[in-house]
Amino acid sequence: MIDLGNHASFILAAYGATAVIVIALALWIVLDGRAQRRRLAALEARGIRRRSAKGGSAS
Amino acid sequence: MALIDLANPTRFMALAGRILPWLWAATAVVLGLGLYLALFVAPPDYQQGETVKIMFIHVPAAWLSMFGYGLMAASALGTLVWRHPLADVAAKAIAPVGAAFTLIALVTGSLWGKPMWGTWWVWDARLTSVFVLFLMYLGLMALWSAVEDPNRAGRVAAVLILVGSVNIPIIKFSVDWWNTLHQPASVFRMGGSTIDASLLYPLFICAVGATLLFLALALMAMRNEILRRRIRALELVAVASASGAAA
Repeated sequence: MIDLGNHASFILAAYGATAVIVIALALWIVLDGRAQRRRLAALEARGIRRRSAKGGSAS
Repeated sequence: MALIDLANPTRFMALAGRILPWLWAATAVVLGLGLYLALFVAPPDYQQGETVKIMFIHVPAAWLSMFGYGLMAASALGTLVWRHPLADVAAKAIAPVGAAFTLIALVTGSLWGKPMWGTWWVWDARLTSVFVLFLMYLGLMALWSAVEDPNRAGRVAAVLILVGSVNIPIIKFSVDWWNTLHQPASVFRMGGSTIDASLLYPLFICAVGATLLFLALALMAMRNEILRRRIRALELVAVASASGAAA
């Protein structure tokens, strides 16, 4: 275990807060992506397609 | 592939999908190495002792808070001047990532300031201008949420981003123009860095790793935003089809 000296609590709090913010941001982006893919799949399941997709250049 | 081909959101989605796994792998390797050097190899500072370890996250986060806004300003130009279809998508996707890194810079700066300066916060020019940057990120995110039409929101946001970009040189030079509790530039300055190489190299590696993390998160957020706009277009098609059928 590394010795962080007298101000260990400040150092640990800084790294902890950074980890919390980065993980929260990454989680929000991943969950948002899943939600968008679900919504898109639901629309396409109803037969709703973009005009470009109907023309055969689906993407 | 020509650069202009990336203007096509579909091509961008495919390319980003191929790049992202490599980007995440590079982020894990570089950031992992940087944090290892920062926590286990870099020596304590002769004045600050072990609290210098906060520098390895605070400084990259502060750089990236301005880097993110710089990317948004370039995207705003793309929206207003070239009407690039991905420019507004990029600006909107970068905003929450930039806000998060600015928050990290503010929080870690405060946690570094208390033991070194004896205070959590002072309203000096550097700290205040970074706090204003954080508020600008939040304000732009609120604007994009408040306006339903993404094209209209994008143009208004682009003007605001460019007006707000005046804050970036203020942040950079605030420590030279005014008396601040925050120290002057110590890495990129005339006459070279004042930081010893044993601390400087881990700092650069952490900064590269954090930049890769920033780009990976921004690319993922861009893909989400493209999907969101695709869904909106499909919902409009569905409404138009339903109206046509009713008439």
